[in-house]
Amino acid sequence: MSGKEGSGGFRKRKHDNFPHGQRREDKENVTSSSALMISFKSFQLELDTRHDKYERLVKLSRDITIESKRTIFLLHRITSSPNREEILNESEVKLDAVRQKIKQVAQELTGEDMYQFHRAISPGLQEYVEAVSFQYFIKTHSLISAEEINKQLVFTLEEKEETTNTPSSSSHNKQQHTWSLKVTPVDYLLGVADLTGELMRLCISSVGNGDIDTPFELSQFLRQIYDGFTYIGNTGPYEVSKKLYTLKQSLAKVENACYTLKVRGSEIPKHMLADVFSTKADMMDREEGLS
Amino acid sequence: AGSARCCATSPHVPRIRPQEIRKVVQTLEQTAREILTLLQGVHQGAGFQDIPKKCQKAREHFGAVKTQLASLKTKFPADQYYRFHEHWRFVLQRLVFLAAFVIYLETETLVTREAVAEILGIEADREKGFHLDIEDYLSGILTFASELGRCYGSIAHFSCCRIIWSRLAVNSVTAGDYSRPLRISTFINELDSGFRLLNLKNDSLRKRYDGLKYDVKKIEEVVYDLSIRGLNKETSGAGGEK
Repeated sequence: MSGKEGSGGFRKRKHDNFPHGQRREDKENVTSSSALMISFKSFQLELDTRHDKYERLVKLSRDITIESKRTIFLLHRITSSPNREEILNESEVKLDAVRQKIKQVAQELTGEDMYQFHRAISPGLQEYVEAVSFQYFIKTHSLISAEEINKQLVFTLEEKEETTNTPSSSSHNKQQHTWSLKVTPVDYLLGVADLTGELMRLCISSVGNGDIDTPFELSQFLRQIYDGFTYIGNTGPYEVSKKLYTLKQSLAKVENACYTLKVRGSEIPKHMLADVFSTKADMMDREEGLS
Repeated sequence: AGSARCCATSPHVPRIRPQEIRKVVQTLEQTAREILTLLQGVHQGAGFQDIPKKCQKAREHFGAVKTQLASLKTKFPADQYYRFHEHWRFVLQRLVFLAAFVIYLETETLVTREAVAEILGIEADREKGFHLDIEDYLSGILTFASELGRCYGSIAHFSCCRIIWSRLAVNSVTAGDYSRPLRISTFINELDSGFRLLNLKNDSLRKRYDGLKYDVKKIEEVVYDLSIRGLNKETSGAGGEK
């Protein structure tokens, strides 16, 4: 099996070594010295450089997305006070790793117009905003501001490691001691909109753990975010108004959870809350599915 | 308790109004349409004779374009070019096409990126301010190439083409301008091999480039039609001036 693959790969490589068609070469030879061809050669270089950079940024963005998602999953594991600090510390380590990736993005974008490559990095940045704001909420029970996020994305040169590893580029690095990346307002908004989905999950799972205070706190917080988004309404970009619908659903779920707790909470012993709530949720899901 | 702070911060940043950008872009589109109408006169009737006059007029219009682009520059911070790029992308490509058309009519060469930037009163380099993006330049050039292909391609198929182009066909053949298609053929072939050098991604530029081969084919058909009738030899050189 492996031998087969190896020979296939070899054949493919061998094929690549052949010139791409005789006709094309002839054509290039005829006109290769003209001014037009010379300028197109420089265009080739410029476009290739741009596309390469774009691809590198897409890769970084995917890594940022994956690591941020993992951080969020990790933060969802917080259920009781004993493991809380431990998990928060672990998430901080993970987010630091993500920030190292963002530093690489910032380095790629030095001297560039950030919006030119925005589409490559936007998904990653949104996911990062989601992760970092989720962590911030768990710590402080409030919403992280865009400035706060940007403050953490200013990177200064870590002298020893970088200068010893890459002596050739150290002179270049010395000229620019800091790199920074600003999360755009739209990325921030979209990240916060995603955060509400996570908060909804947190709410439902905290009910499952028999925690009756968190859902009410969350519903209040979500309501404030929802009010904020309705204030923007459709004056914002298209993607933001698209998220508004999901946000409404999350809010409804949390509010229904609070409702159930309020009505049934006083009647039912605490240790049975989880069961009651989960059956209620099941029924709601089924009803939604039918209609 | 949970508290969501208001996100509407950063008060010292001057507000950018996209609607103002759109307004300037609309006037640019209007000017571009005027230039196009002007240049399309080249295809009609005796149009070939007063090409220099038409080009001169078009260049005057490009003066208006310059001032309009200068006012566009003032509508947003220079370092946020790509944030609003989509607003003027289309019209800028169109202006590149028109500038390439004028330069071609004047000199029968391909306009360079620097020359377009100069005609439009903008920069060729990103560092220096409002600039011409390379992809927009190339897109404009492709529009121009297919325009060339379209008007001369119709010489061969004038019976089945739309009325404007068939009129051009009749008139240009009557004017005895048989050498022009040959020159265009060389030009467009060179352009084609230029684009072959580029490693295009699967984007709109690539899509446009894929259309170029049909234009190359059309012009080659015209050259074929003329050469089997011996028309290219008879009038080569002097034909254009008549």
